[in-house]
Amino acid sequence: MSRFKEKKSGTPAISTASLPDIIFMLLFFFMVTTVMREVDLKVKVVLPEAKEVAKLEDKALVDYLYIGPPMDKQLGTEPMLQLNDQFAKLEEIDPWVKANTERRDEVLRGKITRSLKVDKDTYMKFITDVKQELRKSNALKINYSTARGR
Amino acid sequence: MLKKRAKPGPGEINAGSMADIAFLLLIFFLVTTTMDTDVGILRLLPPIVEDQEQTDIVKERNVYVVLINDADQLLVEGEPMDIKDLRAGAKEFMENPANLENMPEKTRVTKDVVQQRIAENKAGVAAATDDKQKAAYQEAVTKWEAKLSAIDLIGPYNELPPSAVISLQTGSKTSYDMYVQVQNELESGIRELRDELSQEKFGRKFTELDEKKEEDQPKIKAIRLVYPQRISEAEPVDLTKKN
Repeated sequence: MSRFKEKKSGTPAISTASLPDIIFMLLFFFMVTTVMREVDLKVKVVLPEAKEVAKLEDKALVDYLYIGPPMDKQLGTEPMLQLNDQFAKLEEIDPWVKANTERRDEVLRGKITRSLKVDKDTYMKFITDVKQELRKSNALKINYSTARGR
Repeated sequence: MLKKRAKPGPGEINAGSMADIAFLLLIFFLVTTTMDTDVGILRLLPPIVEDQEQTDIVKERNVYVVLINDADQLLVEGEPMDIKDLRAGAKEFMENPANLENMPEKTRVTKDVVQQRIAENKAGVAAATDDKQKAAYQEAVTKWEAKLSAIDLIGPYNELPPSAVISLQTGSKTSYDMYVQVQNELESGIRELRDELSQEKFGRKFTELDEKKEEDQPKIKAIRLVYPQRISEAEPVDLTKKN
């Protein structure tokens, strides 16, 4: 009789021994896919939307120029250019391009893309000036970074 | 026997907190992850031309002028236009189906013509005396051979003149947003033309052709030859001076 009763007692607790394994799997997935933000943005960039976009394939061969109004309100609302981690003037584009080119392997130097991350309310005058500087330093492959939309 | 029992080995380590530690790490990576891959509109800037006089005089009918003024309004070929109509306008310019006078003159490229030109240029290579001439002829041979392989794939086609271009000019106060919208519309016009051609010839859209597949590469090249992407990043022009 007593044996009969024992068998009837409710379902056994689910083993949680494999829980850490599952969590670890998720953890590794995120660790592998994570790209940490490389620069601190000092300008506010709201990208415009476009539909006909292409993906930039090799992230190691892309350099970013950020253009937009500065986050720090004391610096005004005029658009500013940010290269690497700091504000830069137009004349600083050329040395920046050269430094970034020399960093790369000779074979890959022709494949570097300069991605312009520009706030959508910026006037074209500023962007045209930046483009002219890029042309002067022979950085011709550019990308207008956009958000995928509509 | 009794002594042995009193000396138990080290007890098992409690692994219950392992999940918590893993969770903590997981949450950290969840928060810091940015999945975005950079997307955008790729463009090639023209190299700086040292002496301005060398630029060729381009026939007006071969240039599709798109102006955006400071108030983000469009002026296309001298007429105001809504951005909604720009895509159709660009398509018409590239295609010129009615062979209009004010749009690029298309030349029919057929197999006979191409083979004749290849033979001519090959003779040129053989006859050329100095290296420079030889290289020029050689270049022409490769150019025409590319056209020949395109014809083999899609048959005779109408070719755009080499100088045909969509020229995009902006005012100094044009917003970047508008500029990108216009670029987007022009791009989608060209993409639609390519899709239509690809659908007709290969039964698949151009965007569905895979650049990594070997059998698709000549198809992509052929279609690009018929509808080249020619949106010019024009020299900055001071629009205020014109008015």
